[in-house]
Amino acid sequence: MRVLVAMSGGVDSSVAAALLREQGHEVVGATLKLWGGDSDSGCCSVADVEDARRVAEQVGIVHHVFNFTDAFEEAVVRPYVEDHVAGRTPNPCIECNRRVKFGVLLGRARRLGFDLLATGHHARVARWPTGPRLLRGADRAKDQSYVLAMLGSRDLEHLIFPVGALTKAEVRARAARLGLRTAGKPDSQDVCFIGSQAGRGRFLAARTTLHPGELVDARSSTVVGTVPAVELVTLGQRRGLGAARDGKRRYALRVDVHARRVVVGSLDAAVACEVHVEAPTWVDRPLRRGERALAQTSAHGRPARCTWAGGSLRFEEPQRLVAPGQTVAFYDVQCPDAVVGAAVAA
Amino acid sequence: MIGRAGSVVRVRAYLDHAATTPMRPQAVAAMLPFLTEAGCFGNPSGGHSVAREARRALDEARDSVARDLGCEPGEVVFTSGGTESDNLAVLGSHVATGGEVACSAVEHHAVLRACESARGTTVAVDDSGKLRIDALADALHPGVGVVSVMLANNEVGTIQPIAEVAAVVRDRAPGAILHTDAVAGVGWLDVAFAVGAADLVSVSAHKFGGPKGVGALVVRDNVRIEPRMLGGEQERGRRAGTHDVAGIVGMAAALSAATTGHGEQVTRTKLLRDRLAEGVLASVEGAFESAVPAGACPAHDREGKLVSSFHVRFDGIVAEELLYLLDEAGICASAGAACASGALEPSHVLLAMGLTPAEARSAVRFSLGVATTEAEIDHVLDVLPELVGRLRS
Repeated sequence: MRVLVAMSGGVDSSVAAALLREQGHEVVGATLKLWGGDSDSGCCSVADVEDARRVAEQVGIVHHVFNFTDAFEEAVVRPYVEDHVAGRTPNPCIECNRRVKFGVLLGRARRLGFDLLATGHHARVARWPTGPRLLRGADRAKDQSYVLAMLGSRDLEHLIFPVGALTKAEVRARAARLGLRTAGKPDSQDVCFIGSQAGRGRFLAARTTLHPGELVDARSSTVVGTVPAVELVTLGQRRGLGAARDGKRRYALRVDVHARRVVVGSLDAAVACEVHVEAPTWVDRPLRRGERALAQTSAHGRPARCTWAGGSLRFEEPQRLVAPGQTVAFYDVQCPDAVVGAAVAA
Repeated sequence: MIGRAGSVVRVRAYLDHAATTPMRPQAVAAMLPFLTEAGCFGNPSGGHSVAREARRALDEARDSVARDLGCEPGEVVFTSGGTESDNLAVLGSHVATGGEVACSAVEHHAVLRACESARGTTVAVDDSGKLRIDALADALHPGVGVVSVMLANNEVGTIQPIAEVAAVVRDRAPGAILHTDAVAGVGWLDVAFAVGAADLVSVSAHKFGGPKGVGALVVRDNVRIEPRMLGGEQERGRRAGTHDVAGIVGMAAALSAATTGHGEQVTRTKLLRDRLAEGVLASVEGAFESAVPAGACPAHDREGKLVSSFHVRFDGIVAEELLYLLDEAGICASAGAACASGALEPSHVLLAMGLTPAEARSAVRFSLGVATTEAEIDHVLDVLPELVGRLRS
């Protein structure tokens, strides 16, 4: 088959390219230039592109660089800023997957005559008789099915994740055995376009106005403190909110960016049994009302049993608050590795 | 060359001569002794017999280049290529005169970035990429020390009115040094004419069949510029650094071949370019030749462009994708400028000509050379309509 492999310059996609080649596919590598702005995170750096190109040369495949900075700005960066302004907690990696990697890149791969698009994600595509299903990666600690949960079976038909069946240690061992220069490269961290030094606050402050907010105690309704930017507070957050007089840590129970107010309280109040969601997507069929599933609300969170209530889900046991904008990934209760669909917390 | 799945991509049409050209056989032959033969490795700045042999070759190359460019040998400063020549011209005269820098908005980045670094101004072009003389006149004043306008644009092929530019500069900024980047024009235009009109002229060997990494800046006799490379007294103190004798000899031979065959090469290339342009415009819907105003007769308007250049935009496609498919079909073409990572950026030239970013991203440049064949052009005409159609479906 003709396979286009997206190569970030990291070890996973390097090994993905090598595996595809070993399997006898016709393989072409492409590195995406996504971020045009400044960043000290090394995102889209010339060094990463060089790593990808050198690995492609080693593996013996042609390598191209695709410029998707415009699509990335429009589909990922701008919504990221707008979500913060609206008091939501976006997941830009998921938006990038949805609209850039498995949106414009997949479209390009199809136009250029490729049968499959491959990435270095730790997830698997199972070709079941009923259609393709997305499964968790074999390495549970590195599993990335959560950030891919919005892919439907029609996308999955054209996708392959060659390292999903390997553990990270196996990936690194393979890279080392092949002498790939990326074998020892550290994993990427956090949001690629935000520098580790400047951080989210400085990035957002350059693009929008951030407002100080007051912390209001849930029980006493008195102001107990302030935060420098209410837009940066996430529902359920603990960090930076201080402690109550009894020494208990405070958690964000409600964030109201318009009133510039964060209601804070104790951990036992920072839970809920119901999460309202919007924009659900399903791998092949929607969950039925009342059908049970496992819900995961963060990249490496623990899946919890729930019931789909159509527009919301009900957990069997109270769970930590889910911030609006966060993705909820649904997994199959019968086959807990299989993704059923995804939705966004309202 | 590795192709997909390790297969070999056979190059069937090399139409990226504006990026670089294959070496002319005369240039290779002239260089070889200086790479291989005993006693030909000398440093021309020395005083012994080995150095003298290198000096003689350097002097002869300088005479030859001066003859072909229409200047005196002492006016030729050898450099490492077009970028260094442009930097030396713009910054060297900016420092020497202390005056402001002005350049056209469609200059090569080697001029544009140099101008930016000197906090200079850029002058607008019209929708065909031609410098607006009225805008130039507005931008000029006696405080301007350097004006840089290219002889022909490397991306879209538009030829600039250097004589008119020179007249306006004389009128509005009499003390200014006029530089013209002739890199894209050598072999196709009368560069000696530009040398007659300007104070400084940049050329680059690999654009006309010479080796990469060597070029020249013509510095007219009465013009003083400050060096950018500091060190030895080579090139009369205008450019320090040991001479690349083999490269310089190769450049002289290539320039001589380009000059000798000029008329025949231009006629032949123009026929092939017109065949390509008319073939593409006739067979692909929604194809628009750049720098040709709507309603104008393309054949007539191409008079204002390099005969080696066909720059075309295809509605509804992304050049990155078309170039990919062309590459797969063994056709080498290009678009715009690449950033450090190799990703294509929307061309500043096309944006300056008033195209939208989306339009700028849909344009492709085919540039012909003296060795381009009819078979190469026909191969493009054979496959291009289908490839554009595939990208639009």
